Amino acid sequence: MIRLGVPSKGRLMEQCFDWFAARGVRLSRAGSDREYAGRVEGAENVSLILLSAGEIPRELQAGRIHLGVTGTDLIREKLAGWRSHVEELAPMGFGHADLILAVPACWSDCETLDDFATIARDFRAEHGFRLRIATKYHRLVRAWLSEEEVADYQLVDSQGATEGTVANLTAEAIADITSSGETLRANHLKIIGSEPILRSQAMLLRSVAAGDEGEVRAFARQLGL
Amino acid sequence: MSKPAKQAIGQQILAAFRAAGAIEVAPDILLPAETLLDLYGEDIRARAYVTQDPIRGEVMLRPDFTVPVVQMHMANGAEPARYCYLGEIFRKQDHGETQPEHPRDNEYLQAGFELFARDSGADAEVFALFHSILAPLGLQATMGDMDLVMDAVRALPVSDARRAALLHHVWRPRRFARLLARFAAAPAPRNFAETSALWTGLRSPQEMQARIDRLQADALEAPLAPEWVARLERLFAIQAPAPEALRQLRAMTAEIPDIAEAVERLDRNLALLSDRGVDVGAIHFDASHGRHTMEYYDGMTFSFTAPGRADWPPVASGGRYDALAAVLGQAQGRAIPAVGGIIRPGLVHELGGLR
Repeated sequence: MIRLGVPSKGRLMEQCFDWFAARGVRLSRAGSDREYAGRVEGAENVSLILLSAGEIPRELQAGRIHLGVTGTDLIREKLAGWRSHVEELAPMGFGHADLILAVPACWSDCETLDDFATIARDFRAEHGFRLRIATKYHRLVRAWLSEEEVADYQLVDSQGATEGTVANLTAEAIADITSSGETLRANHLKIIGSEPILRSQAMLLRSVAAGDEGEVRAFARQLGL
Repeated sequence: MSKPAKQAIGQQILAAFRAAGAIEVAPDILLPAETLLDLYGEDIRARAYVTQDPIRGEVMLRPDFTVPVVQMHMANGAEPARYCYLGEIFRKQDHGETQPEHPRDNEYLQAGFELFARDSGADAEVFALFHSILAPLGLQATMGDMDLVMDAVRALPVSDARRAALLHHVWRPRRFARLLARFAAAPAPRNFAETSALWTGLRSPQEMQARIDRLQADALEAPLAPEWVARLERLFAIQAPAPEALRQLRAMTAEIPDIAEAVERLDRNLALLSDRGVDVGAIHFDASHGRHTMEYYDGMTFSFTAPGRADWPPVASGGRYDALAAVLGQAQGRAIPAVGGIIRPGLVHELGGLR
């Protein structure tokens, strides 16, 4: 039996159900809206497990599900050496979001990452501590800034309402996922740099640890992959 | 691989350090995180195990010995002083996209030696000590000198602001090269549009204005002559057996006279090493060696690597870190030149031990 893990609620779940339906496999919740078991029609030997999108990377790594749908941002942030644990089978064309670095919109001298690096250096000299970037994507942001050779900053953890940290004076900049940029604007922030840290979207992934590769690939073929 | 065998090699190294006059010290394993984070920044947070103590705040499993040894010396050491130590250090091995087949250990031994002295022979003493201990292993010794690099940058005919920016980024080669290219070009004028955005965050409008003033002054500065860029590039690219590198460096003093003092110091160091029986012709000198290490060393740097083991970290490494020692001694109002290094007994063991 192939175990398929799909986000358990909201728009992501609906778009996921639509994606499979367009490929002839009908997924649905079993019973009430509050139940986290699912039903699969149109495919043999596949069972549906509804999970929080944030848990899907870990379940794939552990091999408790054969297939899973989650954002590429979560895979890369949560799984060190992710290519050794999962195989990307198909980008699904929804759940688009960019991981970006944003600073106060009033910083009219900050347009590029080079500006940011200089401002970070000045800030540290002026305030005696490193410029703080609030984020929950610690590994991705750190790896990117290290690759870009930006120093003089520190990451501070923010698991929610990250855009508010600048006004609350607990951070000078933020790194977060955004799709429309509306929340950033409402909090007087602007994106810097021309390229985001990561372009993320929903992805169908195969677990390496779960095995049963033949069966999983047969199902992928049935989906037209 | 057996821990007792690695411990035994560590003890052997420690005995050699003691015979060289060092006092053994045993810094704590659990260290306050703040000092280390402030010195090394996010680089160390990515690599060290950080945890929270309800009373002591953020603490870290010892990611290196240098900081606690320097602090210990600054608190109560007399000079000159030689210290040695053997113990575990802890480093996360965060992989990139693919997990390596043979991941490095997260917990491994370091045996180290630190010398605090105003004596001009200190560099040669430390290098020769490591060289003699590691002699049975047939390692490749590489040496660099951050003094040369920094003196050459200080010699550039640029404003203080530009010089400070270049010195700050000397350890980040691509950012440094970009800055240098920018200073050598005619600046593109920038407009700082007034925004209607509400002021938010801790950085003040005065701080922004100070940077804009600096950028505007910088835009009026004459571009750095291209021959200076070429000189720096040539200096940084020098890689040769030490005596040949010394000859090339000496030739470069005609173009960058300000490096003459550092070149003479290197000459004296190599002579002292020869006196101590080191074959300096077998030392590979790489002018940029110290630029690829952590922002830490500011004079001689060295590493001993195992030939044919490109995926290994150096078996031993070290260098001079006067600025770090000065920063850590600030609270006590003390500054003392310092030079030291570490050997990894685990790698020595994998190479078959010291005899």
